[in-house]
Amino acid sequence: MAGFLDRLLERFKIYREPGYYKRYDYWWAMVVDLDRCTGCGACVTACQAENNTPVVGEEESGKGRVLNWMRIERYVEGEYPDVKVKFIPVFCAHCDKAPCEVACPVYATYHNQDGLNVQVYNRCVGTFTCATYCPYDVRRFNWFTYKDKGSFESPLDEQLNPDVTVRTMGVMEKCTFCIQRIVAAKDRAKDENRKVRDGEVIPACVQSCPSKALTFGDLNDPNSQVSKLAGLPAEPYYLRESGSKLAKISKNPRAYRLLEDLNAAPTIIYLKRVMKGSSTIGHE
Amino acid sequence: MSNISYREVNDDVVRTMTETGRSYYIALSLCLVGIVITFGLPWVYQIYTGQGVTGLHSPAYWGVYLTNFVFWIGISHSGTLLSAILFITQTPWRRSIYRSAEAMTFFSVVTAATMVFVHMGRPWNWYWTFPYPNQRELWTNFKSPLMFDVFAIGTYATASFIFLYFGSIPDLAAVRDRVAGWRKSLYGALALGWRGTDREWDLLQKAYTFFAVFIIPLAVSVHSIVSWDFASSKIPGLNKTIFAPYFVIGAIYSGSAGIVTLMILLRKAIKFEKYITHVHFDKLGILLVVMSLLWTYVNITEVFTGWYTGTSYELESLSYRMFTTPFAYLFWLMIACNTFFPLLFVFRKVRVSIVAALLISIGINIGMWIERYLIISTSLPRKFLPNMWRDYFPSWVEISLTVGTFLFFTLLFLLFVKLWPSFSIYEIKEDIGIPMEKKGH
Repeated sequence: MAGFLDRLLERFKIYREPGYYKRYDYWWAMVVDLDRCTGCGACVTACQAENNTPVVGEEESGKGRVLNWMRIERYVEGEYPDVKVKFIPVFCAHCDKAPCEVACPVYATYHNQDGLNVQVYNRCVGTFTCATYCPYDVRRFNWFTYKDKGSFESPLDEQLNPDVTVRTMGVMEKCTFCIQRIVAAKDRAKDENRKVRDGEVIPACVQSCPSKALTFGDLNDPNSQVSKLAGLPAEPYYLRESGSKLAKISKNPRAYRLLEDLNAAPTIIYLKRVMKGSSTIGHE
Repeated sequence: MSNISYREVNDDVVRTMTETGRSYYIALSLCLVGIVITFGLPWVYQIYTGQGVTGLHSPAYWGVYLTNFVFWIGISHSGTLLSAILFITQTPWRRSIYRSAEAMTFFSVVTAATMVFVHMGRPWNWYWTFPYPNQRELWTNFKSPLMFDVFAIGTYATASFIFLYFGSIPDLAAVRDRVAGWRKSLYGALALGWRGTDREWDLLQKAYTFFAVFIIPLAVSVHSIVSWDFASSKIPGLNKTIFAPYFVIGAIYSGSAGIVTLMILLRKAIKFEKYITHVHFDKLGILLVVMSLLWTYVNITEVFTGWYTGTSYELESLSYRMFTTPFAYLFWLMIACNTFFPLLFVFRKVRVSIVAALLISIGINIGMWIERYLIISTSLPRKFLPNMWRDYFPSWVEISLTVGTFLFFTLLFLLFVKLWPSFSIYEIKEDIGIPMEKKGH
């Protein structure tokens, strides 16, 4: 009995320390340098191949049911001939104050110890609430069992990733930051009794980006590439609070977070594109 | 009503339950066939194929199913609530309408609940939304407004059924004493051995008062919680603190209009014109005018707060709803149905006119359905990132299931009229007064 109590107390010790909720084992984050992004879409294709995302076909795409976990948004500004085309890759921001996590009645989506917003396919009952609550529209729903509809017809099934589930109808899915690669790296690190090194985890989109616009890493580590690119100080826990402003602590004048005023505390940090003729560089 | 004898009341109510005409069976079978065709088969098709058969897409993940859900929960809001409020305030005109109104509450909650299952992507896992110990060691998320819904609607359905049942016990006993055969044993069991002693009446009165008091805050909380499903999101057009009162007022409004429609149809169908008179429609008309003014006020506030935020998202959502075709037509039709036509009830002539009351009350419910449809289908397709904007229109499966819900409700009500004393025998008698006194003995 005493042993059991001790074990229990040991387990909950972390929760008695002030500010425990501000710490993750890792704090996976992405930096997207829009100055480097060419909008080629290699990341979208790589993501689709890595994560067994079905191709839904022309008709379903037309209905707005594309299952790509990430997309490159294009915006055209101005009238011809004075036209500017802007584009931005958008994918799950793994918000630290994620609106979707509050919404799910069955905990199919929750925040894990690595700062990831994870989706448990098996647990999902398909209320759609997470997707409606998501301000970035990055959640995707399995409207059908696509593998029965021929999305992975032979020989396409040969290239399915064995580390990733092929989803069936009625469940929500979204960008996982390639959690299968994170898990593999953590396993390796655990065997060697160390922490995961910076640059050891490379999600498919980052791996495929020809212009190295995407960088993935751990914000807990002040020397990681992401921390440096985003210009963050050590322990930037402030970013996890709702109402936080990246501009307050970031040293990089180009850094911003998409729709920051919604207070979802997204962990994807964009670096603004400096365009010819743009008068303002820095925070809006 | 004072010239009706007690015997006549008993006869009339028992007649509705024992004498069944051919038209009743025709209506019943039409309903059953209709439900299979419009609800059963399309739903099976949807479960088998997937939610892809609907018109839903990203980002409009919510559509007509939730519109129906909110609509039917709204309809349920007046029966029991009105009955409870009028009971506590001892309003005499309550007595001949309250039984059917309470039944309406219970049946529309049941109808709304079916929509939850229809809406789910994997309805066969519905029980996962209940907190029960399981070997997967998983628990439900009590922070989710949907979780509140499970409890709120469960409680409301239970409480309104108990309220309906308690109020019916003396009548079930009265029916038990008048019928034979299988009905005798059915109502004998349902009447719980009621004999009509003083003590029984006293206990019934206490229990009934308790539930009346209990149900008023419950009804208000249920629709507030339904509104939080929407209001606790960040979506422009939904993220507003006014939503809870907005939904509650809308619910009572549509529920009251539902009562008017239903009472007009019911008194005609079972020839109860002498019990539901123009007095009732006069009072209900006044209630509808008040609710209409309140609804208009809250609606103006809702639009105002949206405009006052000054953010481009909210302004886009408002202009999409109010000034962009095709939704603008629906919006202004809703305003006409819910704000302007009910104002005619200011005139007593309109209030006591059955045809006018029927038309306006149906108009109100059309308007209220549109309101819920607009709330959902003009907010979600205009979220934050314009790249994802995409209009939502329902598919044939969704429209068919919507028709099915109305048939389902009608079926439940048809069964109710035949199997349950749909008018309160003992309270109508209270309304008539003591016959001895009247005759001057």
